[in-house]
Amino acid sequence: MPALVIVAHGSHLNPGSHDPTFTHADTVRAAGAFDEVREAFWKEEPSFREVLRTIESEEVYVVPLFVSEGYFTEEVIPRELRLEDWDVSLWDSDGTDADTATLTAADVDKTIHYCGPVGTHPAMSDVIVQRAESVTQNPDVGEGFGLAVVGHGTNRNENSAKAIEYHADRVREMDRFDEVNALFMDEEPEVDDVTDYFESEDVVVVPLFVADGYHTQEDIPEDMGLTDDYREGYETPTEVEGHHIWYAGAVGTEPLMADVLLERAADAGADVDEALDIVRKRTATPAAGD
Amino acid sequence: MNDSQLAALREAAADGVTRDGLSATQDDSGYTFVTPEVSHDGLSEEEFDALATENPWFVSNWHYWRGASETNEAFLRWVEHASELGVRERYETLVNGLTREWGELLVTTTLGTDGERSYELRHTADATTAVAELDSYHDPREAREVSTLDEDGRYRPLKTAPTLREGWRFADLDGRDLVRTVEFFYPATVANWYREQAGELDVSHFRETAERQTGIYSVIDDLDVDSVENLAEACCVDSQCLKRREWDEDEETPLDAPRGDGEFPCREPCSLVVAAARQFAVLEGEETRTYEVELTPSERSQLTDLVDAVADGRVDEIREADVGDGANRYRARYLRAKRLADGEFESLREKN
Ligand code: SF4
Repeated sequence: MPALVIVAHGSHLNPGSHDPTFTHADTVRAAGAFDEVREAFWKEEPSFREVLRTIESEEVYVVPLFVSEGYFTEEVIPRELRLEDWDVSLWDSDGTDADTATLTAADVDKTIHYCGPVGTHPAMSDVIVQRAESVTQNPDVGEGFGLAVVGHGTNRNENSAKAIEYHADRVREMDRFDEVNALFMDEEPEVDDVTDYFESEDVVVVPLFVADGYHTQEDIPEDMGLTDDYREGYETPTEVEGHHIWYAGAVGTEPLMADVLLERAADAGADVDEALDIVRKRTATPAAGD
Repeated sequence: MNDSQLAALREAAADGVTRDGLSATQDDSGYTFVTPEVSHDGLSEEEFDALATENPWFVSNWHYWRGASETNEAFLRWVEHASELGVRERYETLVNGLTREWGELLVTTTLGTDGERSYELRHTADATTAVAELDSYHDPREAREVSTLDEDGRYRPLKTAPTLREGWRFADLDGRDLVRTVEFFYPATVANWYREQAGELDVSHFRETAERQTGIYSVIDDLDVDSVENLAEACCVDSQCLKRREWDEDEETPLDAPRGDGEFPCREPCSLVVAAARQFAVLEGEETRTYEVELTPSERSQLTDLVDAVADGRVDEIREADVGDGANRYRARYLRAKRLADGEFESLREKN
């Protein structure tokens, strides 16, 4: 049986950064589609450099738990995994539709399926919606609600904005929320002015981040005016300038993320149909009243 | 030994079996059964079974090692001192347990059911702690939690830092789960140790690691070899990290900093060291200058006490009233009150 390696950023400073990676890895483990599932990190261990040698399987699916395509997924991860003959053109992506490339790695004798990041997979739109369901505790949330998808801006990584817009477009096309907008931290339209961009009284704000940390727990809540000092916390929803802001925190903590990891592997040829069923059942939003 | 182990041996004999002094074969003239003490050939099945039953440890020992991956087998055999102890001696000792230290991990191997193995893992400092006083775990993944924070609740970004907290044990692990648990505590250490054993450790030295960097880390290539020496001395010695440093400036230029005595190798500068190197590279971009500052001789030596206390992680140990220690808080506050204003020495002058 093949192995799944989940590659994530991790942190030297924040002990909670790896939590979503571990949680989703455990969900995938429990679904039984892979003999081995291993987490690897840029800032923690095992490092990208050394994870492949810890795997017994000869076939490995590598899925980046990153929100966008760009510097990390196109340059750092393939380089550190020592993927031979990697070239970003193998993904044939315009920034939001990377699929997979089958390669070898220089330091191990294995076949590596290097998949696009979870963040630009179409199924990620469903996770955003499910995050909105979770924070409002309403499995039918949509009517009367606006939804904001939030990310860094282009200042940091050109494709980061593309991923945000891509999912905002997709969720808008679902025709479920009254309004859907993409908002950014470093550029217009800015998340600071969230209430200017929505007519709906209720607005769910979902940051497209893998883990909660400085940006999602301190920056964004303060910028939106949920609180003057994040340490004092805030209500959900919080009343801001006549709107109810339902702030969801990092989308990456939503259990359904495990489904996207599997979808990525499935797109690369892994046989995970049963596991997908199991994961979807386990990570579904409980029906109202549950 | 149980019946299915015996049946498996009989079946495998046709292809020939050798393991730790046991050899068993089968051909037209019957079975052979050889241990360091006995050697018989031309055996009937009944005779073969009888001999195996008289030497159960050899059979269960062979059975135990079938099917393990190369890496796991090498590690688990090292754990039970297989290269030093024959089967008989090993089984006798395994009754009470054979131990090995792996960083701050203490691995104890005992005999499991039917002559297989059972493993226990705990902190080396808990070697003699009563089981009842330790939190018991069984799932390898729980090692991720145990290893995230140190005794004082501080985050451990470096897994092989000698700051693992005490007070836990993983009990009744099979071989695969033992290796998984060890690898959650100290990722990739078993894999790299095995490569080293096989003479195939692929070391990436500092310079090539620096040249590989992009983005904000590309500056680390500006560090000269003396700075790399200081970097290894600062971050990689045993008081900071239990891996044995095998990387140097480059293949031809070894660093003098002690490599450490650890069982498992470090094959390249880790992400923490690369991040530290980036800071050092930025700081090393400055030229030195000469300063003049007025201090008493005791104040001057107090400055080195302060640097030492921070560098040795001793700050928290210095007692409140131990004003004889230059790094004592009152002493430091007194110095600040007397000599500093707005975070700078009042008498400081830069000399041209
Ligand atoms: S680079 Fe130094 S600190 Fe990092 S793992 Fe190796 S020996 Fe330890």
